[in-house]
Amino acid sequence: MTRLWSWGALLIGVAFFLMPLYGMTEFSLKMRRGEYSFDAYVTVLGDPRFQATFGYSVLMAVLTILCGVLLVVPTAFWVRLKLPGLRPWVEFITLLPLVIPSIVVVFGYIRLYNTSSWLPLTGSVTGTNMLLMFGYTVLALPYMYRAVDTGLRTIDVATLTEAAQSLGAGWVTILARVILPNVLGAVLSGAFLTFAIVIGEFTMAALLDRPAFGPYMQLLGANRAYEPAALAVIAFAITWACMGLIQLVTRFSKHNRVAR
Amino acid sequence: MAFLDLSHLEKAFGAMRVVKDFNLGIDKGEFVSFLGPSGCGKTTVLRMVAGFERPDSGAITVDGRDITGLKPNQRSIGMVFQAYALFPNLTVAENVGFGLKVAGVAKAEAGERVAEMLALIGLPDLGARYPFQLSGGQQQRVALARALAPRPQVLLLDEPLSALDAKIRVSLRTEIREIQQRLGITTIFVTHDQEEALSISDRIVVMNGGIAEQTGRPLEIYNRPRTRFVANFVGTLSMLEGVLQDPATGRVSLAEGEVTLGRPIERPAGAAITLALRPEALHLGGGRGDIVLPARVTEVHFLGSVIRIRVETGGTSLSLDTFNRPETPPPPLGSQTEVSIAASDVIVLDDARAEQGAH
Ligand SMILES: Nc1ncnc2c1ncn2[C@@H]1O[C@H](COP(=O)(O)OP(=O)(O)OP(=O)(O)O)[C@@H](O)[C@H]1O
Ligand SMILES: [Mg+2]
Repeated sequence: MTRLWSWGALLIGVAFFLMPLYGMTEFSLKMRRGEYSFDAYVTVLGDPRFQATFGYSVLMAVLTILCGVLLVVPTAFWVRLKLPGLRPWVEFITLLPLVIPSIVVVFGYIRLYNTSSWLPLTGSVTGTNMLLMFGYTVLALPYMYRAVDTGLRTIDVATLTEAAQSLGAGWVTILARVILPNVLGAVLSGAFLTFAIVIGEFTMAALLDRPAFGPYMQLLGANRAYEPAALAVIAFAITWACMGLIQLVTRFSKHNRVAR
Repeated sequence: MAFLDLSHLEKAFGAMRVVKDFNLGIDKGEFVSFLGPSGCGKTTVLRMVAGFERPDSGAITVDGRDITGLKPNQRSIGMVFQAYALFPNLTVAENVGFGLKVAGVAKAEAGERVAEMLALIGLPDLGARYPFQLSGGQQQRVALARALAPRPQVLLLDEPLSALDAKIRVSLRTEIREIQQRLGITTIFVTHDQEEALSISDRIVVMNGGIAEQTGRPLEIYNRPRTRFVANFVGTLSMLEGVLQDPATGRVSLAEGEVTLGRPIERPAGAAITLALRPEALHLGGGRGDIVLPARVTEVHFLGSVIRIRVETGGTSLSLDTFNRPETPPPPLGSQTEVSIAASDVIVLDDARAEQGAH
């Protein structure tokens, strides 16, 4: 009896998530009157603006991930090793982006770095791109930091560091050859989350007026009927691919982990 | 000056002085054990040598070079940790080769050295394995090989065997000693297991409360402990309290009568004095030594080849070991007998020092 109930609950849950998805997919296939077709997808994928904005966002995502890893791994490592008392504070700070709306962050950026400020980042395209990347890094910080910190928990950071030091390694070698490889699985799962966030982000890119994928989706949604649905399905597929990759990487990196 | 010289080392954590005026000279190729109870500062001294802790004062020199201010990675010191600390993402061969790679040793040369080290620890075929695929004993051997590969000047081992089970502990300690002797590497070995320290060391430093209570060869530490602490910590010991009557002849009055050691004791007459006895120095029955005391048997423990008997004499309980012999069964409980002791086996404890070190 309880079994039946739990199956029922599961079924309702699955339906709750899958029905809209099904509806959207079905709708995206109905561009041609009277039959199913991939016309909407062909239009979207063939649109040069799609290719440009998607390419731009992928590039930004990759840069954001690099920036995030370079920022978070040494920080989390150092906090664990030398400043364990600061950990609650650092955790609090990394959680702030979840609380502060990104529109507030980006307005702050624009005020701080406008053309008449001490660092006029918004004055040039490269500067604005950098600003956007830093903004994305901030947005991804809660996920990245938590992922890396969890990864560090699985190894004995202090002793491994000392072992490497006694073998002559300096900080850069320790980070690159001992710490990073051992938290790679965690770093990658943080990276895929970052990727998913950056691909779908709208506010920052729109306010900084950068040609990113998020604003393009919005634009398309406001002006067309079938294409936005197709685009949503594509975006959904990308997110799922990221999730799948996280799973794959976690499984793959097991082989050189301590058996637990 | 000794090869590795620690002079006047001091270290405090907050208000707690953990290492107090620690002095030690270790010769090249010597194997020295630090032996002492938990929290006495063994690891702290070792970490100062390795460079992980900076002494508050004092100096550390290796081969005449002052390394006190150097960072750990600038010292040529190999370290083996209790928890193995192998890099989980690297294979055994890569672990062993880590120090060589960091030092920029050419690939071919490093490969040869790694093979040589793996042969040395008796695991020549396990180079491709990952640490988690090895047993604890194997992991610790790999850790030893990794520490030795870059040819350090000094090898430090911090309780390397305490995570292993008893049988492997014994075989691995012998192996460590053999490797150390073959390479002639200057070594400090930290342990709180007295048998371990006694069996493999050239010299032992018995530590207590941050100071070196006694430094000496294993036999010396065991047979001639200078303080009550050392005597108690290393091996089993019975103590007799007495008053020194005649310093020149070593005549001491005890509760159960007078004994004469026949050697001078450097204390004033009338001083309170403690005589200590190892279980193997006492013999059941009279006539096996210069000193004979009346005794009553209170406990008999059959341990196989050895029988440990406790007797009581003048209100003091003494431990006594005899070998098992089928033709002479141990005395019955409660029986009245005598114990004899050779005067030369009696240890006179340096009580003034003991009190100094005991606080
Ligand atoms: N980083 C530290 N901060 C504060 N106190 C410390 C620190 N390291 C060690 N201590 C203290 O110093 C004392 C000596 O520690 P140490 O680790 O040297 O002892 P040990 O002889 O190695 O003991 P064990 O046999 O348990 O390993 C202990 O009381 C310990 O609590
Ligand atoms: Mg210790």
